[in-house]
Amino acid sequence: MGAHGPAKGLMRWVTTTNHKDIGTMYLWFSFAMFILGGAFAMIIRAELFQPGLQIVEPEFFNQMTTMHGLVMVFGAIMPSFVGLANWMIPMMIGAPDMALPRMNNLSFWILPPTFALLASTLFMEGGAPNFGWTFYAPLSTTYAPDTVTFFIFGVHLMGASSIMGSINIIATVVNMRAPGMTYMKMPMFVWTWLITAFLLVAVMPVLAGAVTMMLMDVHFGTSFFSAAGGGDPVLFQHIFWFFGHPEVYIIILPAFGVVSQIIPTFSRKPLFGYDSMVYATASIAFLSFIVWAHHMYTVGMPIAGELFFMYATMLIAVPTGVKVFNWITTMWKGAMTFETPMLFCIGFVFLFTVGGFTGVMLSLAPADFQYHDSYFVVAHFHYVMVAGAVFSMSAAVYYWLPKWCGKMYDETMGKAHFWISFIGFNLTFFPQHFLGLAGMPRRIPDYALQFTDFNTMSSIGAFIYGASQILFLFNVIRTIVAGKPTSEEKTWDGAEGLEWTVPTPAPYHTFTTPPDVK
Amino acid sequence: MAGHSNTDYETYYVPEQSKLAIWASLTLFTTLFGAASVLNDQTFGEPGQETNSWFIFLVGLVLFLATLFVWFRQTIIENRAGMNSSQLKHSYVIGMQWFIFSEVMFFAAFFGALWYVRNLAGPWLAGEGEAGRMNDLLWPGFEYTWPMMETPQDAIGGVGNQITANNGVMTGPERNLSFPGWSNVGHWLPLYNTIILITSSVTAHIAHLALLKGNRKGQNLWLGITVALGLAFVYLQYLEYHEAYVEYGLFLNSGIYGTTFFMLTGFHGFHVCMGAIMLLVQWLRSTRSSHFTPEDHFGFEASSWYWHFVDVVWVGLFLFVYIL
Repeated sequence: MGAHGPAKGLMRWVTTTNHKDIGTMYLWFSFAMFILGGAFAMIIRAELFQPGLQIVEPEFFNQMTTMHGLVMVFGAIMPSFVGLANWMIPMMIGAPDMALPRMNNLSFWILPPTFALLASTLFMEGGAPNFGWTFYAPLSTTYAPDTVTFFIFGVHLMGASSIMGSINIIATVVNMRAPGMTYMKMPMFVWTWLITAFLLVAVMPVLAGAVTMMLMDVHFGTSFFSAAGGGDPVLFQHIFWFFGHPEVYIIILPAFGVVSQIIPTFSRKPLFGYDSMVYATASIAFLSFIVWAHHMYTVGMPIAGELFFMYATMLIAVPTGVKVFNWITTMWKGAMTFETPMLFCIGFVFLFTVGGFTGVMLSLAPADFQYHDSYFVVAHFHYVMVAGAVFSMSAAVYYWLPKWCGKMYDETMGKAHFWISFIGFNLTFFPQHFLGLAGMPRRIPDYALQFTDFNTMSSIGAFIYGASQILFLFNVIRTIVAGKPTSEEKTWDGAEGLEWTVPTPAPYHTFTTPPDVK
Repeated sequence: MAGHSNTDYETYYVPEQSKLAIWASLTLFTTLFGAASVLNDQTFGEPGQETNSWFIFLVGLVLFLATLFVWFRQTIIENRAGMNSSQLKHSYVIGMQWFIFSEVMFFAAFFGALWYVRNLAGPWLAGEGEAGRMNDLLWPGFEYTWPMMETPQDAIGGVGNQITANNGVMTGPERNLSFPGWSNVGHWLPLYNTIILITSSVTAHIAHLALLKGNRKGQNLWLGITVALGLAFVYLQYLEYHEAYVEYGLFLNSGIYGTTFFMLTGFHGFHVCMGAIMLLVQWLRSTRSSHFTPEDHFGFEASSWYWHFVDVVWVGLFLFVYIL
């Protein structure tokens, strides 16, 4: 490998094999999808601002909830963490690049055409997928719009992209660590991604199997999900959630990793209980495979199934609790400062814990009969997905942006972004707990009058949260274009790790010869 | 590893720029977009001179396969030019292992569906236990057997009597391909297929042993036999499908038995074809270009791993689809 810099022009990005270029593309792509999925969410909240149907038709509302979920999960959150993995893992373990650089580029370039196709179904005859992001049969088979075929192949493509990306991460972490970088010396972010990649390789093929069965049922007369032929629509739910439950850990484990990097830096203490963090992450990953049916307590499972999945689910609170306590103990008696990344991480710890607690509530099968498919569930998983994954992603961007581009972001604007998001987020989703407990169902374009006040608050909160993301975008662009240059290797005085030993901004190629890790 | 110094490390080859990925991405996308359009009977362009979706699909597929060919060729050239450090070679090994693991999970979804249908959904539809309470209302008279020769729809007298959504006609098969009893086992194709595929795994292993000893002739011979056995398997599978459709009245839409039978054996057959092509490529590389040495033969090794994998899947199929 020569000392070549990047190629010039557009082709640099199209033909690149460089982990930093690919990471950058992933991050920008995911932000674009975040804005698109956010726009869908704004339409949903605008419609729900007051009771009655005023802005969209119910049919279109269903398309919005479906597309919002799909775009956010598969287009925004997952690729954003893959982008982070691309940028940071080679720098954190002292590797020259990802293990399989060309396949790395393929993993990324599958995504833009796929999501362009998925978004274009909005303009096709019959409209976009309208069966919810969980695409339960028979809504997604017997009653599906024609565009379900494009959706199915889109999921295949995303799955291929995820599997290749994950195999690459596994090969990189297993094979490319610098001499002396033993497994138990790896930064937590690398650990969480190694385990996440394993989950992805294990469950994305199962999702591919599920959509393949849908495809066959829709177009070739098979009866996987049709009782008339001896199949069962509930089978779909089992297969989907066998993928879907590990999927939520696929989303949140890298977020755990990010938070475990940032909290020690601004507490100026090493991470408390590193070993237990590793074991807790592995335990969560293992448990994620045996809890899937807690998403379907009300479907009519035998009582033995309800009990097994209930107890297995509650077990997850143990390793998750280990993590939360470790983060708090890391901060305990630390010389703490509260820069933007740290604010987002503390916000993460608080709000993710709220989402975790509502998760424990939902895990109780008898209680779930009340909460099931209500706004309580919506509130629960947005506390995990937004205040969990998206907050940690914002923290990661502020934390590593100076290393990426050699410019410092505007701290005041960063803090404003945090506080506006924090307030907007809680205003959006906290009232939804009450709505759900009072009986408002999810995925509904209209509601009874008594739900009006909380829905109005929720919509105002959503607009505030949405606006704060524009501020985020502005701050990032302003940093890149006109930020204060910085060339300190260590942007943060408490930061540890190999990524802080390379020059700032990080050169195009780092660690072409591996460093020695003591 | 702590004792190593930096100089022990060979340079890890990172290709500078490559058009392979974008070609693979766009052609794969075109293929699947074309396939979806074919299934939706979608056409593009002015009336009277529309572009047929088949055309899009086939153009995409041909270009995608060509891209894969160029890509693999490129990596072989790089390896033979000595650009791959032992560390890079190990990356390929890890990549292949985890790819096979992902394939295992893909089949797991279909085996899981088969298990669920046979052990839970089927008995419930026939009224067993708490979950079977709807039997009287929806499928009166349905009794569960496996292979399911009479679907719930048949039991109530056809799709017209169905009070649930109409997903089309799902009539059970006339005959099935399960174990026909010892007296008829001589005419039972799956048995021959099992023998063929297990033998081919053994011959693939013998070829590997020959390769490790540097015995080019033995390697070519046994690898060639493996490919031939693979093709024989595919041919017998074709005969079986033909028999199913023409003589047994067993179709893809013959209820859940036809569904699981054809999807499991079909995906397996597709993987056998892929594996046979992979082995054929290695055979051509070995016979025509004298590729592979006892120390460096990852293309061969990866293909043979894949072959053993499809063999193991077949054993699962033979047990759960045909015998039990």
